Amino acid sequence: MTTILDPTNEKKPVQRQLAERNSVIAGRLALLDIAKPRGNILLDTFENLLAERLPDVVINRYSKPTFTKPAPDALRSEIRANNDFVIEALAD
Amino acid sequence: MTIDSNNSNSNSNSNNSNSNSNSNNTIKTRLPAFSLKNIDHQAVSFPNNQPTLICFIKKDCPTCELIMPLLAAQLAANDKLLLIGQTSAGNLALHHQYSLPNSLLDDSNLKVSFAFDIEIVPTLIWANESGELVRQEEGFVRDDWQALIQAFGTQANIKWDQYPQWRVGCGSLSVDPDNADRLQAEAENSPLRARKIEIASADDEFEFMFDQGFTDGLPVVPPTPERVIRMLSGTQRDPQEIVAIVPPNMAPASVEKLAINAVLAGCKAEYLPVVIAALEAACTDEFNIHGVMATTMGASPVMVVNGPIRERIGMNMKLSALGQGNRANATIGRALRLAIRNIGGAVPGGTERPTLSNPMKFTMCFAEWQERTPWQPLHVERGFDAQDSVVTLFCMTSGPTLIVDQKSLTAPQLARSMAMSLEHVHHPKAYMSSDCLLVVCPEHLDTLMRDGHYTKQQLRQQIFEASSKPVHQLVEDDQSGMGIPAAKFAQMSEQTKNGQLTKFASADDIHIVVAGSDAGKFSGAFHGWVNGPTGSMVVSKKIQEA
Repeated sequence: MTTILDPTNEKKPVQRQLAERNSVIAGRLALLDIAKPRGNILLDTFENLLAERLPDVVINRYSKPTFTKPAPDALRSEIRANNDFVIEALAD
Repeated sequence: MTIDSNNSNSNSNSNNSNSNSNSNNTIKTRLPAFSLKNIDHQAVSFPNNQPTLICFIKKDCPTCELIMPLLAAQLAANDKLLLIGQTSAGNLALHHQYSLPNSLLDDSNLKVSFAFDIEIVPTLIWANESGELVRQEEGFVRDDWQALIQAFGTQANIKWDQYPQWRVGCGSLSVDPDNADRLQAEAENSPLRARKIEIASADDEFEFMFDQGFTDGLPVVPPTPERVIRMLSGTQRDPQEIVAIVPPNMAPASVEKLAINAVLAGCKAEYLPVVIAALEAACTDEFNIHGVMATTMGASPVMVVNGPIRERIGMNMKLSALGQGNRANATIGRALRLAIRNIGGAVPGGTERPTLSNPMKFTMCFAEWQERTPWQPLHVERGFDAQDSVVTLFCMTSGPTLIVDQKSLTAPQLARSMAMSLEHVHHPKAYMSSDCLLVVCPEHLDTLMRDGHYTKQQLRQQIFEASSKPVHQLVEDDQSGMGIPAAKFAQMSEQTKNGQLTKFASADDIHIVVAGSDAGKFSGAFHGWVNGPTGSMVVSKKIQEA
């Protein structure tokens, strides 16, 4: 973690902060398939391993319509509303 | 060294220690309260309603190691000694080596050492029951330590004659250069007030600052609290003093905010006074930094530094004076520009609307080689003392345009030649609209002086006269729509039509300095913006050095 001092007049909030990393995965976990070939196989394996290691975690599967474009707003809202963590299969 | 409770900030001689040992002084120094954890992670607090001895040590200090048996005996005798170690690993080693009880306290983040202003270890402090200083010893002087501990009233069995008469101590880790700036930045009385931004460890701080828009398009130095503290050491001004109100957001620029931007720009601390004076100059109504930044003409400040500070901070005024390669020149100009961008909010596409803009918007700062010329330097011409250090801001829209003349051999000839080059300021048919900053190179200066002293005013006047043109040559025509409107010209009297129009409204609009290497007959000129009270006027500010 690096701390810097704001060089501006501080009238705008600071953006682009990465979320704090939780040390424990608990609650609801989203697995997002971006629709790249064989990404579903990777996520299937993840799902099996996670279910084995974290039996109390609820796993929700999602898929983007296409990897070439950002996830639709409705899908992002759905993931944000119903999950605590997201694992995204970025590429094949 | 003994420090008594009446004068805790002075270094008194150890011979005076006995006379300082009374605890009845009327003015007491209240020591900082603290809570530290011992080896067993139990919190121990001070003050604790009883007279207390506090001793600061560190493991790798030979004097501290030497007196550890003494301190161990004192710890064994009663619980009124708080032994504070400056490293966790060192504490653990001492704990085992000397079979200490668990009372060795962990100050590995050095905050208590810093709060107590500890410079030397060992430092032994006697505090009364209210937490006020009674007496303090730095290093180890046997007689002083013995006197203090006996006066404190210990029952410890200490064989004093086993110890040397004196040993110097070691530097406290809290004053180590690796730690001191951080501790100052983190202290409760830190001069820093700016918003702190935490950049996640997985993030890249350089990319982060690009994304936040803190930069001019080039990488910037992360303004960590430690760096800003170091930058502030370059001035004696209060970090919260407001230097200027910076447009377009009309945001107050504190010394601290300016220091942050100076760090971004890559400045050294000793440059900061120049940056402060430059911002003061830029934000005057006369200089009009808002208009300068906003104009579609792409204007920008040129900074000229005069006076003794040039040498002290290593500015370049000779070979490549207007170019790259000198840290002071490059970063001072950049710091001003970043401050206007970050504090004032002048960002291209926002209020900054230049059609093309120019690279001088990154930085443009140089020093005058005033020792090379018999002329008065710029700052003296503008009313300052020769020994003053001064920054002068000129608003440029183009340049430095080179004045190539390797042939003229007399002063009037060269002056007229320079005038011909300056006829092109803005446009050859644009007259009475701007000013210029002429940077005379040394070889041209020698030519001007070849037949005797040729004053700066003579040069100025010669350029003023030689750059004038007959009015009828400045009328719009098929070659160029620039110039005097034909209809207006038609209404002029014959006398006016046959008269002359000067390029500059006044000879005083030709500002002259000397810089550059001794080789080359190539002077330079910065062309101005809109001159006068509705545009931008030259402004000079004295630099307040630390």
